[in-house]
Amino acid sequence: MGVPADLRYTKSHEWARLEGGKVVVGITDFAVAAIKEIVFLELPPLGRAVEAAKPFGVIESVKAVFDLKAPVSGKVAEVNAKMAEDFEALARDPFVQGWLVKLEAPGADLSGLMDAAAYEKFCAEEHH
Amino acid sequence: MSSEPLIFELSSPGRRAFDLPALDVPEATLPGALRRGRAPELPEVSQLDLVRHFTHLSQRNMGIDTNFYPLGSCTMKYNPKVNEDVAALPGFANLHPYQSGDTVQGALEVMFELERWLAEISGMDAISLQPTAGSQGELTALFVCRAYHEKKGRRPRKVLVPDSSHGTNPASAALCGYEVETVKSDDKGHVDLEDLKARLSPDVACLMMTNPNTVGVFEKDVRAIAAMLHAVDAQLYYDGANLNAICGLARPGDMGCDMMHFNLHKTFSTPHGGGGPGAGPIGVKEHLRPFLPVPRVEKDASGYHLKEEGFPESIGRVRCFYGNFGLLLRGLVYMRALGGDGLPEVARGAVLNANYLLALLKDRFEAPYGDRCMHEFVLSASRQKRENGVSALDFAKRLLDFGYHAPTVYFPLIVPEALMVEPTETESKETLDAFAEVLRGIAREAVETPELLRQAPVNTVVGRLDEGKAARQPNLRWTPCPPPPA
Amino acid sequence: MPHPYLPLTDHDRAAMLKAIGEPAVDSLFDSIPPDLRLGRPLALPGHLSEMELAREFGRMAGANRPVSSLESYLGAGAYEHYAPSVVRHVLGRSEFYTSYTPYQPELTQGMLQAIWEYQSMVCLLTGMDVSNASLYEGGHALAESCLMACAATGRKKVVLAEGLHPEYRQVVKTYAGPQGIQVVEVPQAASGAADLKALEAHLDQDCAALAFMNPNFFGCLESGADLAGLAHSKGALLVACVEPVSLGLLAPPGDFGADIACGEGQPLGIPLSFGGPWVGFIACRQALVRRMPGRIAGITDDNRGQRAFVLTLQTREQHIRREKATSNICTNQTLLALAATVTLSALGPVGLQEVATQCLSKAHYLAGLVSRVPGVELPHAAPFFCEFTLRLPVESAGVCRAMRGQGILAGVELSRFDKARPRDLLVCATETKTRAQLDRYAEVLARAIKEAA
Repeated sequence: MGVPADLRYTKSHEWARLEGGKVVVGITDFAVAAIKEIVFLELPPLGRAVEAAKPFGVIESVKAVFDLKAPVSGKVAEVNAKMAEDFEALARDPFVQGWLVKLEAPGADLSGLMDAAAYEKFCAEEHH
Repeated sequence: MSSEPLIFELSSPGRRAFDLPALDVPEATLPGALRRGRAPELPEVSQLDLVRHFTHLSQRNMGIDTNFYPLGSCTMKYNPKVNEDVAALPGFANLHPYQSGDTVQGALEVMFELERWLAEISGMDAISLQPTAGSQGELTALFVCRAYHEKKGRRPRKVLVPDSSHGTNPASAALCGYEVETVKSDDKGHVDLEDLKARLSPDVACLMMTNPNTVGVFEKDVRAIAAMLHAVDAQLYYDGANLNAICGLARPGDMGCDMMHFNLHKTFSTPHGGGGPGAGPIGVKEHLRPFLPVPRVEKDASGYHLKEEGFPESIGRVRCFYGNFGLLLRGLVYMRALGGDGLPEVARGAVLNANYLLALLKDRFEAPYGDRCMHEFVLSASRQKRENGVSALDFAKRLLDFGYHAPTVYFPLIVPEALMVEPTETESKETLDAFAEVLRGIAREAVETPELLRQAPVNTVVGRLDEGKAARQPNLRWTPCPPPPA
Repeated sequence: MPHPYLPLTDHDRAAMLKAIGEPAVDSLFDSIPPDLRLGRPLALPGHLSEMELAREFGRMAGANRPVSSLESYLGAGAYEHYAPSVVRHVLGRSEFYTSYTPYQPELTQGMLQAIWEYQSMVCLLTGMDVSNASLYEGGHALAESCLMACAATGRKKVVLAEGLHPEYRQVVKTYAGPQGIQVVEVPQAASGAADLKALEAHLDQDCAALAFMNPNFFGCLESGADLAGLAHSKGALLVACVEPVSLGLLAPPGDFGADIACGEGQPLGIPLSFGGPWVGFIACRQALVRRMPGRIAGITDDNRGQRAFVLTLQTREQHIRREKATSNICTNQTLLALAATVTLSALGPVGLQEVATQCLSKAHYLAGLVSRVPGVELPHAAPFFCEFTLRLPVESAGVCRAMRGQGILAGVELSRFDKARPRDLLVCATETKTRAQLDRYAEVLARAIKEAA
């Protein structure tokens, strides 16, 4: 699966995209592959303030826990609650159907995050 | 062996496995509002059904008494039968914790003597028998550490743990309100002194260290580490999980350690009980004595006493009553059986057995820390993973097919595909030879017929489990059918 | 020196050293610097043979006077019940007691199934949704419950009704302090039950939990529903610390709205053993399951399509989440959880109710007798289960000593916990007492009081 060119990426394998005044956040297919079998996803309640690079949720396999880290600071405006029940859907399409939260982040600037080319290079390095 | 029904599935209304004498006083009743509406849906079985059910369950379980259990870091040594006999004596088993001191002198003597033995074995000045398990011992010692610093008006925020440490170390530190910082290990498996030095500051409360550590290597610089810590008034904690390697030969108290816990269920042979009970007494140096939990056992001309009062700096209690007394007792029986002369032989046997087993296996696996070890060693199945696509887990599961418990796998975290083996001193050379032959055979299978490993186990009552399903759709209890509508 | 626990012979040692390539066993210890070695024998007595051990520990056991050789009315968190014979026999199966934590489920289906059955029985008894595989003991279970409530609510204050056993409260304080959790203890009402007004005054929006004990330390029964209403009105969780045998008759925590139920499983067939090993239980509502400390067994399938048991939801635990784990607990009290499971299976719903009824009835019969002893009062008006407080006309110490001389352990003196209660005695009667013994208690008590006065 290719890494979509229109998204921005974090070193902790989240992606972010501006949509209206909001920032849509999800995890990448690289993260999904690394987790192997998702058994639990915890997403924040609506209205929760999140801070850039700090955890806003948790995703788990049987024997490992990964924090979901916010690409930008903001307030949780929407949550894709369906994903917390249908891990297969999340694993199938992490970049579109599998978005996790939308953050209210006026004036958010994603330019500090990696672009697709930089992220692919980052993953290739991490893989070795 | 076919699967065993749930005890609830054996239930048939009207059966019972136990009866009581007729009530010989007038029956009392409770106010209606406090009463239970419906009886709990416990199983109703005959006595024979009950006995068969639990006997069948026991037959679907493996213990040290049935099989070799080379589980690294767990010290699965023989659990002597006489320990159980002593613990079952009515004079011990039927003691109420609030009996008056004059009726429990023998129990207090056991506690007093055990403290004395543990102090001599560890080189520590004072012992508390209260903690229930190793992890509670860790936590108790950290409470003590915290109280020590607070008394000096200090509030260091950090606890350091090596990256090879057991998971309870950071968990205990966090529970005690500390931030946890990880110290690197060097390529020989020792604590990296440079990394430690860089992390030391007055903000460090203590370092939690296992010695020999979890890769089976003795931390030879322990005194230098203690000095570095003490220079910033940080304490050195000794995790006693691996005391079996040095018991009677070297003492944490002589290494500069300030506090420690013992695992009586590892070093001192009390049974693991399928996951407990254990006992995790702690030992401390003199400067930490005032902070130990209450009550404490003391002896004077009139006998033994449990003292609650007169310890204003004590951290209080970490549990009710006096600790897992039944386990403390078993531990002392074991120590007395070995004696001051026998305990060093335990360590010698444990280390010899581990080195021998390592010698028999080292050409088949990567041994990242060389060909010498203390009481346990870590092998890596990295090569097999790379070349044959079989993992440490596959090796573990295949061993089950041959009637062995698996080694500890994927721990310590710093060794990829880790297989951690601890034979203990109670196993014979023949047992080790047979185990090594089987494991070498499996290593051969890994090359020739790797599928056998990936499909294993096939000889056990169940095969590999779908752990993902267990976590995704938790089924954690029996749910009775709803009662028929009235 | 050959020892029964140490199998290596000189011959073995020589062969093994040769295989390793070392000249002597001691050279295997070369990695320990010489100045760190003990360099002398341990200053401890030499080894003992099995016969000597039996003699020595028999002597120490003989220096005790166990409740089985006396008539004991001691309770206060440690209860003498008859343990069905099957319990000891099942626990004696060494496939169970010499096994480790069931990390290799293929080899340990028996213990895993037993744990799952235990969890089920704890849920049935307490009326809660989920139980774990056990905690250390009752005080620890209460402390973990309070920490769990703090984590679940994000609040840092717990309110404890003083009807909770004083040692349980001490354990909570030890655990709470370093985490900056405030612990407020609220005295009971004169009736012996929780003081709802006083509790309400201490409950606020910062409060994570209201915890209480039922029956409480003084033996009195609390109104769980009222306490649940109080806690929930401030967004706090209700932690109910309950006694399992009493749940044969009493409304379970799940019925009156508790969020977490916990307690001590010792009354379920576990020997007193001077205070341990026992077993702490904890159960909660479904919504809190990810905050649960310790191990949990679950059901799944194996690759042959069979039902199988396994430890699950392990990401909560220390070996995975390390400093972020819900607790540091590792070893728990599995074998004692098995004892409780066997006891509850032996009793069944009818037997449990009968034991509870006998406890209730014998305690009430005894309370009736002693309340007629001149000068003796029952200071608490609240209803009770199998334990009640007795106020003597004289100090309890002398009376207890005198009754001990008659082979009766009269009760737990409350002066042990509160110097202001020198005349109060906590008396417990379970199904183990006969009517004749209860009658004798009242007579001996009357005589002891008369002699003391």
